[in-house]
Amino acid sequence: MTAEEIYNNLKAKFGDAIVEAKLDALQPWIVVDPNRTKEIALFLRDEPALQFDSMMCLSGVDYNGGKLGIVYHLFSMVHKHKIVLKAHCTKENPHIQSVSSVWGTANWHEREVFDMYGVVIDEHPDLRRILLPYDWEGHPLRKDYKVPEFYNGMKVPY
Amino acid sequence: MIETKTLPTQYVTQPGAPKTSSGQTVRTDEMIINMGPQHPSTHGVLRLEIVVDGEIIIDVIPHIGYLHRCFEKHAEHMANYQQVIPYCDRLDYCAAINEEHSYVLAVERLLKIEVPERVEYIRVIMAELQRIASHLIAVGTFGIDAGAFTPFLYAFHDRELILSLFEMTCGARLLYNYFWIGGLSHDIPPQFAGKAKEFCTYFKPRIKEFNDLLTFNEIFVKRTANVGVLPKDVAINYACSGPMLRGSGVNWDLRRDDPYSVYHKIEWEPKIGKGEMGTVGDVWDRHIVRMREMEESVKIIEQALAALPEGNVQAAIPKRIRPDAGEVYVRTETPRGELGFYLISDGTGTPFRLKCRAPAFVNLSVLPEISRGAMIADLVLIAGSTDIVLGQVDR
Repeated sequence: MTAEEIYNNLKAKFGDAIVEAKLDALQPWIVVDPNRTKEIALFLRDEPALQFDSMMCLSGVDYNGGKLGIVYHLFSMVHKHKIVLKAHCTKENPHIQSVSSVWGTANWHEREVFDMYGVVIDEHPDLRRILLPYDWEGHPLRKDYKVPEFYNGMKVPY
Repeated sequence: MIETKTLPTQYVTQPGAPKTSSGQTVRTDEMIINMGPQHPSTHGVLRLEIVVDGEIIIDVIPHIGYLHRCFEKHAEHMANYQQVIPYCDRLDYCAAINEEHSYVLAVERLLKIEVPERVEYIRVIMAELQRIASHLIAVGTFGIDAGAFTPFLYAFHDRELILSLFEMTCGARLLYNYFWIGGLSHDIPPQFAGKAKEFCTYFKPRIKEFNDLLTFNEIFVKRTANVGVLPKDVAINYACSGPMLRGSGVNWDLRRDDPYSVYHKIEWEPKIGKGEMGTVGDVWDRHIVRMREMEESVKIIEQALAALPEGNVQAAIPKRIRPDAGEVYVRTETPRGELGFYLISDGTGTPFRLKCRAPAFVNLSVLPEISRGAMIADLVLIAGSTDIVLGQVDR
């Protein structure tokens, strides 16, 4: 199925939750409502014509200007088609719904996004830091991140 | 370090539990055992928090990040795109060439450049040699996990020969910086093809020898069959890849199903686990998939050496690499599975965002699922069969 058909399918089913799309990109992407990612993901996985059973990658992005986002790279091993989903949020209200109940692999990826970008993943079963120490302050992959001077009394910059 | 956890009362005394000599009822309790971060069987600095009931594992909680070195943040602060390549080497230090391959493909896809055919063939040869070297580490150390030391020495002896081939080519034995954007750092030396053919001829009977020594050894089979079974649907849902996925009987290999370089011109086939010794997707299946993949890699190397065209090893690329604003996700099949790079360019000379989708990270996330209900002694084998490299897990 082409990206345009996938987009039309989603648009027909979810309407307003599909915010925008760029279908002529190198890898076409669709922006969705950050509060409805779970039901959209469930539809993408279970609809027989779509069957996105595999999530290749889930990445957090800081787009500068106070905008954060998550990018979902989806793939169907049955139909061999791909699509990129995006969900955006602001730094003031960084909330995006979890999809880890749909794809198990999203669990750790979402923890990483929380760890690195401070995006709070709503309904995540186990939202803890994953790569950094549990008492680390700040979210390092944000573009405006400043390295702290001390961590537990140890000097950080080397 | 062993500590006990307070539990709901229904677990504390069971009806009919035996009494101690002083007349107290024997309590049964869950226990938390800490394994790692410094432990020979965790293959690096991985910490596993294991909840056990007697010898049965109830839950495993991996704690990672001990080797985190900010790869993604570093990549955003490099002076140019080329400088990221040596960092990619250090993601998975057992299979550095495959990491480079994925990254340079991502940048080339974004730049929309084609590399000369000779480059593609040399890349395939190097990637497959590296795959053999990496699988030799995997099966060798897996043998140690199961208590067999000799196969490890066999594996490392043969790996040494591959490292010598790399040393002859680019001077480095572990972290190569050999694949460059648009080509290679330099051509292979004239004697390389002969030596590589020699290695292939030598290595084929060695695989059989290794199989006789370890894979079909009755003790090893009894130890690994029916252990740590990863069902097909769980493997796909957790996006497992590489030998983990193929061991579960899914016929899926990116070299064939999402082809890159010149794999589509070469005849070979992905090997899958069939449950010959036990259940499909058990630890033994993942082991045999790695063994058989090495045979396939030898086939690929031989064909690529025979078809190696003459020509340049560097495409014409701009001196200062500035891809147009855009984004791309490129994935390749590394020894551990699908390695993806999600690269966003904003039109400047450094990546705006580089996300590394590490196969070891994803494969490790399924460990709690496949360990529940197993015996604690088998956890070492299950963790070993996922073939994680902590450099890649923690990035």
